[in-house]
Amino acid sequence: MEDSTSPKQEKENQEKLGEARRSWEGKTAASPQYSEPESSEPLEAKQGPETGRQSRSSRPWSPQSRARTPLGGPAGPETSSPAPLSRREPSSTPSPPAPARQDLAAPPQSHRTTSVIPEAGTPYPDPLEQSSDKRESVPLHTSQSERNTFQQSQQPKPHPCGPRDVSYNNAKQKELRFDVFQEADSNSDCDLQLPAPGGSEGAPSMLETAIQNAKAYLLKTSSKSGFNLYDHLSNMLTKILNERPENAVDIFENISQDVKMAHFSKKFDALHNENEMLPTYEIAEKQKALFLQGHLEGVDQELEDEIAENALPNVMESAFYFEQAGVGLGTDETYRIFLALKQLTDTHPIQRCRFWGKILGLEMNYIVAEVEFREGEDEEEVEEEDVAEERDNGESEADEDEEDELPKSFYKAPQAIPKEESRTGANKYVYFVCNEPGRPWVKLPPVIPAQIVIARKIKKFFTGRLDAPVISYPPFPGNESNYLRAQIARISAGTHVSPLGFYQFGEEEGEEEEEVEGGQNSFEENPDFEGIQVIDLVESLSNWVHHVQHILSQGRCNWFNSIQKNEEEEEEGEEEDEEKEEPDYIEQEVGPPLLTPISEDLEIQNIPPWTTRLSSNLIPQYAIAVLQSNLWPGAYAFSNGKKFENFYIGWGHKYSPDNYTPPVPPPVYQEYPSGPEITEMDDPSVEEEQAFRAAQEAVLLAAENEESEEDEDEEDDYD
Amino acid sequence: MDADSLLLSLELASGSGQGLSPDRRASLLTSLMLVKRDYRYDRVLFWGRILGLVADYYIAQGLSEDQLAQRKTLYSLNCTEWSLLPPATEEMVAQSSVVKGRFMGDPSYEYEHTELQKVNEGDKVFEEEIVVQIKEETRLVSVIDQIDKAVAIIPRGALFKTPFGPTHVNRTFEGLSLSEAKKLSSYFHFREPVELKNKTLLEKADLDPSLDFMDSLEHDIPKGSWSIQMERGNALVVLRSLLWPGLTFYHAPRTKHYGYIYVGTGEKNMDLPFML
Repeated sequence: MEDSTSPKQEKENQEKLGEARRSWEGKTAASPQYSEPESSEPLEAKQGPETGRQSRSSRPWSPQSRARTPLGGPAGPETSSPAPLSRREPSSTPSPPAPARQDLAAPPQSHRTTSVIPEAGTPYPDPLEQSSDKRESVPLHTSQSERNTFQQSQQPKPHPCGPRDVSYNNAKQKELRFDVFQEADSNSDCDLQLPAPGGSEGAPSMLETAIQNAKAYLLKTSSKSGFNLYDHLSNMLTKILNERPENAVDIFENISQDVKMAHFSKKFDALHNENEMLPTYEIAEKQKALFLQGHLEGVDQELEDEIAENALPNVMESAFYFEQAGVGLGTDETYRIFLALKQLTDTHPIQRCRFWGKILGLEMNYIVAEVEFREGEDEEEVEEEDVAEERDNGESEADEDEEDELPKSFYKAPQAIPKEESRTGANKYVYFVCNEPGRPWVKLPPVIPAQIVIARKIKKFFTGRLDAPVISYPPFPGNESNYLRAQIARISAGTHVSPLGFYQFGEEEGEEEEEVEGGQNSFEENPDFEGIQVIDLVESLSNWVHHVQHILSQGRCNWFNSIQKNEEEEEEGEEEDEEKEEPDYIEQEVGPPLLTPISEDLEIQNIPPWTTRLSSNLIPQYAIAVLQSNLWPGAYAFSNGKKFENFYIGWGHKYSPDNYTPPVPPPVYQEYPSGPEITEMDDPSVEEEQAFRAAQEAVLLAAENEESEEDEDEEDDYD
Repeated sequence: MDADSLLLSLELASGSGQGLSPDRRASLLTSLMLVKRDYRYDRVLFWGRILGLVADYYIAQGLSEDQLAQRKTLYSLNCTEWSLLPPATEEMVAQSSVVKGRFMGDPSYEYEHTELQKVNEGDKVFEEEIVVQIKEETRLVSVIDQIDKAVAIIPRGALFKTPFGPTHVNRTFEGLSLSEAKKLSSYFHFREPVELKNKTLLEKADLDPSLDFMDSLEHDIPKGSWSIQMERGNALVVLRSLLWPGLTFYHAPRTKHYGYIYVGTGEKNMDLPFML
């Protein structure tokens, strides 16, 4: 019978290993918790031939071992008892291979309960025939689930112990039962008695036994983790052979760790990953909406409208040029911003729109769009400054109502300089910001001169949230949205430049008086602009001009004379003017007029305010001129002679080679008129008091004496 | 950033706005390969760009097998020809710490710094004004060294240490998970550890000696000097240093891509405490 099975030996090879493994595992009764490694098969295949013969003889054991199972390995077989049981039946009656076969066929699903086989020790091949039969049956099942094969492969394993008398079998079984609870050495004992290779059932060869010993050792289950080395190695080798990494030996330990970790991978947990990925999906949805916005109804007509109106700048073209300069956000990101700008222009009545730049923040960044509304479409702003002024007047009046007349303070809060009207000066453009393309655009409030003045004195990072407070000294009047707006205004005023001649002053019909106030305010594109050579643009800074008004130190672009207004209000407010310390005349602040060349800009401690470069030294004929601001690092401008564009990307702060020093608090203000009422004096000492009293008494006495003298005189008269 | 994955890295780091122009990029790709061959480096990193007034310095670093060993720094003005810079010494750093302002862009430019030095002549002690010349190259070397020591970072698990000593690139590094990527403790300084030994035993017990052998960013002073942001909707985590503005570190979670690049003026932001 055995010989007959030899042709099938190869088929068994696969099983043998698994079987062998199983048997050992079962024997130790440690419960393997992991699913069978699929990779074990090939390995088994390799080792198959060695144990082939053994398996042959080990067949007989299997039934008995299975019988053992429930007794011997309570921990071992976790699953399908039916399978082993069914198998057990035939096994218990070592006779009919047929039923065994059937049984084997029956429960392919049973787990390694063939680890049932612990009784590998069960010797005796009485079942030699059985084994052979089973071996025959094995091939039938080979094609079925692996476990099947494993199970069956387990069978051989016990058999290696060689054919023995059934009686011995029983004895051995008892032994083995005992062994099951211990880490079995009996396996090795059995091994020693393994059948010889080559079909002879005689003395087992030394090599075979050694191999069996080694294998038994490898199959020992770890008491800590439940793995055994054999399985682990076979898994790893399978993984390596499947994936074929380079220099596998160098990352061997890592692969080992990975395989071990893979055992513990959870099944698909619907809750697990969603949490993390949710923001990703949200943003993706929003951005998808950006892409879909174009597909609206009435496409044809809208297309024409859009092409006609064209408030949207060609962001991609500017991005291309800036990329030549090494500045830019990456093509995809820029395209998304482009779409977001389109969305902005679609939802708001915008005359012109420009991608101003990106300001980095701690938690989030700002994408800024500079926008000019259509005529008459401005949205009304809440006016807050008037409220402040009234409050000041109110307070001073309240003081007067106090019972004791407190010394009146002649402090008058400096009048708040009113903000410039929209569309003029620093508020010429309206700015919208968003944190990421796809998120809604938020309009920034117009800037107030006070905010600019204080923004010049502080240096703070932006957090990314528009409502975050700006805590600083001097205290900033507003929150982050105001600070952001102020910085944007400063950057625009400082770094927005254009080639000379691109803009020209409009022909003014107005009177000259207006010019004194604020200089030329308006400019328009020069239709006759012919362009400047790129080389010229690079070499000389006088070919570039500012086209944004300079912000005076007052905080406005157009000078506001606060004195005039004061005179009007004085009549309403305080009566005493003489002690005021305000000068009667404040010098008008003058800034460089519009369209001054940037060569006039001041240097920063020997550093030129602008750096010019050609975008490429290798191909100068197509290069463009790039201007970098040194005063506001991150501000760039390019021009290819005809076109130009400005851009800002950075943290939003000015450059200063010296460290920032916060301004010192001002000295205490002389609020009250100094006089005996409020001047502090030392309490007189005792001697002084006495002297004073004495002097007083002396005066009194003198007065009394005089009176008494007069009286006496009078009395004398009477007398 | 690794020279091998230069294009992808530049794309990922583009959120900070300043990158490389196409011609520089193209020349970098070729020249860095040649550098790797000529100097026999194991890995070549494109470190970044220091903006000067006249020209910019493009810096690259070459690494040998041991990742934590001293890196060799090279600079170039046109991304084509590279010159090796001398390693930084403490003397150099001290000397160039007095120089303030922007880089000029010319490596042979010399800064003049007047110092008052006490000169002993016999019994007299008087102070003399000495004009010290500091070469821009020295300044460049020390700035790069400072930036490296202060803000060059890598994610946890990217390198591992073997008992034999050398640190290797971890080829099975699969990237940080999203939750880990948002924590400062999952990033390490790419330099020999300084603070590690100051940790308490309790903290050390949780560390894995093969992975946690460098300082993490958690205890950087001043606190808050790193800005962590997720860009592209959680598909990219970007860390920007506020102490050396211009240093951008990017990492795509769950992938192997990470790197840092410095594009800036090479000046430390000493105003940081006021700005936070």
